[in-house]
Amino acid sequence: MAEQIEKEDYILKIKNLRRIYKDDDGADVEALEDVSLNVKRGEFISIIGASGCGKTTLLRSIAGLDKPDSGSIVMDDHKITKPDPERGYVFQQGGLFNWLTVEQNIAYGLKTRKIYKEKKSEVPKYIELVGLNGFEDSYPYQISGGMAQRVAIARTLINDPKMLLLDEPMGALDSFTRADIQDKLLELHKFNGITMVLVTHDIDEAIYLSDRIVIMTPRPGKISNIIEVNIPHPRQRGEAEFLAMRRKLLQEFDLATAHPEPEYNI
Amino acid sequence: MIKKSSIVYGFSLSITGFLIAALLNALIPITADVEITEYSVAGITVDINSTYRAVLIVLSAIFLVSGLISLKDHDKWKKYVKGAPIRFASGIALLVWDILGTKWQLLPQPFFPGPAGIVEAFLIEPQFVLENTLYSLRLYAAGFALGVVFGVGTGILVGWFPKVYYWVTPVLKVTGVIPAVAWMPFALTLLPTPFAAAVFLIVICVWFPVTSLTSQGIKSTPKVQFEAARTLGSNTLDLVFRVAVPHALPQIFTGISTANAFAFTTLVMAEMMGQPGGLGYYINLSKVWSAYYKVFAAIVVMAVLFSFITAILERVEKYALRWQKGLVR
Repeated sequence: MAEQIEKEDYILKIKNLRRIYKDDDGADVEALEDVSLNVKRGEFISIIGASGCGKTTLLRSIAGLDKPDSGSIVMDDHKITKPDPERGYVFQQGGLFNWLTVEQNIAYGLKTRKIYKEKKSEVPKYIELVGLNGFEDSYPYQISGGMAQRVAIARTLINDPKMLLLDEPMGALDSFTRADIQDKLLELHKFNGITMVLVTHDIDEAIYLSDRIVIMTPRPGKISNIIEVNIPHPRQRGEAEFLAMRRKLLQEFDLATAHPEPEYNI
Repeated sequence: MIKKSSIVYGFSLSITGFLIAALLNALIPITADVEITEYSVAGITVDINSTYRAVLIVLSAIFLVSGLISLKDHDKWKKYVKGAPIRFASGIALLVWDILGTKWQLLPQPFFPGPAGIVEAFLIEPQFVLENTLYSLRLYAAGFALGVVFGVGTGILVGWFPKVYYWVTPVLKVTGVIPAVAWMPFALTLLPTPFAAAVFLIVICVWFPVTSLTSQGIKSTPKVQFEAARTLGSNTLDLVFRVAVPHALPQIFTGISTANAFAFTTLVMAEMMGQPGGLGYYINLSKVWSAYYKVFAAIVVMAVLFSFITAILERVEKYALRWQKGLVR
């Protein structure tokens, strides 16, 4: 996907993004400080970093769920100001509508966009795509966490998004289910060519999935490095290249956190 | 497989209680000085005792049929068997009451007529009892339906708009604790008909609990659900009616069933205080003539009617909340 000739084809341009929160004591906390990042069309990009580094804030800003204090996010020449189905968002958990069946959850976007009648036949295709045949009429409480995340992915995909934003979607799953969903994501990325932006704190997951890995550091939240992963797919978690990349990333983290500013609050 | 002993146990307890009551009603002579009037119902001459026995036989027939139906399903049968002892006990209680109230009249009369005595009310004036029952039903239906509609509507506004919440909640808190019938004098003078006045009172008593629980349900919707809905292309109306309201449904139904109980109380009190009809009116009217068997008859009708309404509401709730964990077994 990362072909040299298409280097200029950026789907997303983030420029000088700044976001300040007030913490409980009313003090300013810089969640994002001067973050700039370009995302190529069709790329799988991961954002990793310790908690509080602003990775979720960055993802939410791309989604339009969070408003930056300054800077801009431009997608295909229009500025992002609010959420839009062209940017699908998969939450860590709790995003499904409990009162709707699997089928109704997946069809939700069609209904709110008022194209359900024309596109009704799409729904079974997406149920098939995420392998949930036979669970169409189940309610969220009746299915497992892994299945719930597949539903969450399917209901964003039915909107034909240009980009999928994944906010630690495997964070609450056991390791077998996690590997299963990771493969599903790779498969979707390969066949649909959707640009994917994944937020995670799992280094292995980032290496396994991504074309590029963005490393962020906290206080203030900023990008410390961007690393290209040039291992051919399918990647094996035990092979030398993978482990070398892993070591490299861990070193990056050591460097990134080697000199924390001494900060004592008494 | 359902065991044979379970079948014998379930059916015999469910049916024999009522049959024994009917049998002994026929066998035990009336020793007290009671005048037994004969009535003609659809060309058949009956008295209170034969009608009462017919009621008992119908009851046991109902339980026979419902038992036969529940035999098909193991869980349903288990539920049926669980209810068997209470059915038997009900039959025996009716028997004792019949003997004390009608046969020997050991209970203070005319305050405590036997079950056969109560039946007399339905023989003397079936048309009048029916009219009053329908009047109550109309009053209830109009008041309850309007109250739920207004309550859910107000609840959505209060739960969704912080400004409305700020201004309306104090009013709700203060006025919500006032029993609705306290407004009776105003309702009767300000509204054109007594019927409208009573509807108004029921609406008020339903409105408050439904409003406060609906708004609670709306307010407690997790942020992530709204955010998910927005990224899927929802507009504000979708957020309210496709996310917040369905999420609030369990609370809305809690409000509705609370309101239902309030509505029965308000209904009967309103009728007793100034209505041209209704079961409460019928009780008042009968009390004046010391016709306590008619008072009991009205109470029996209320018990049956209100249980029926409550059961329907429970069914609706169970269906509407079938997506909730732990609700469907």
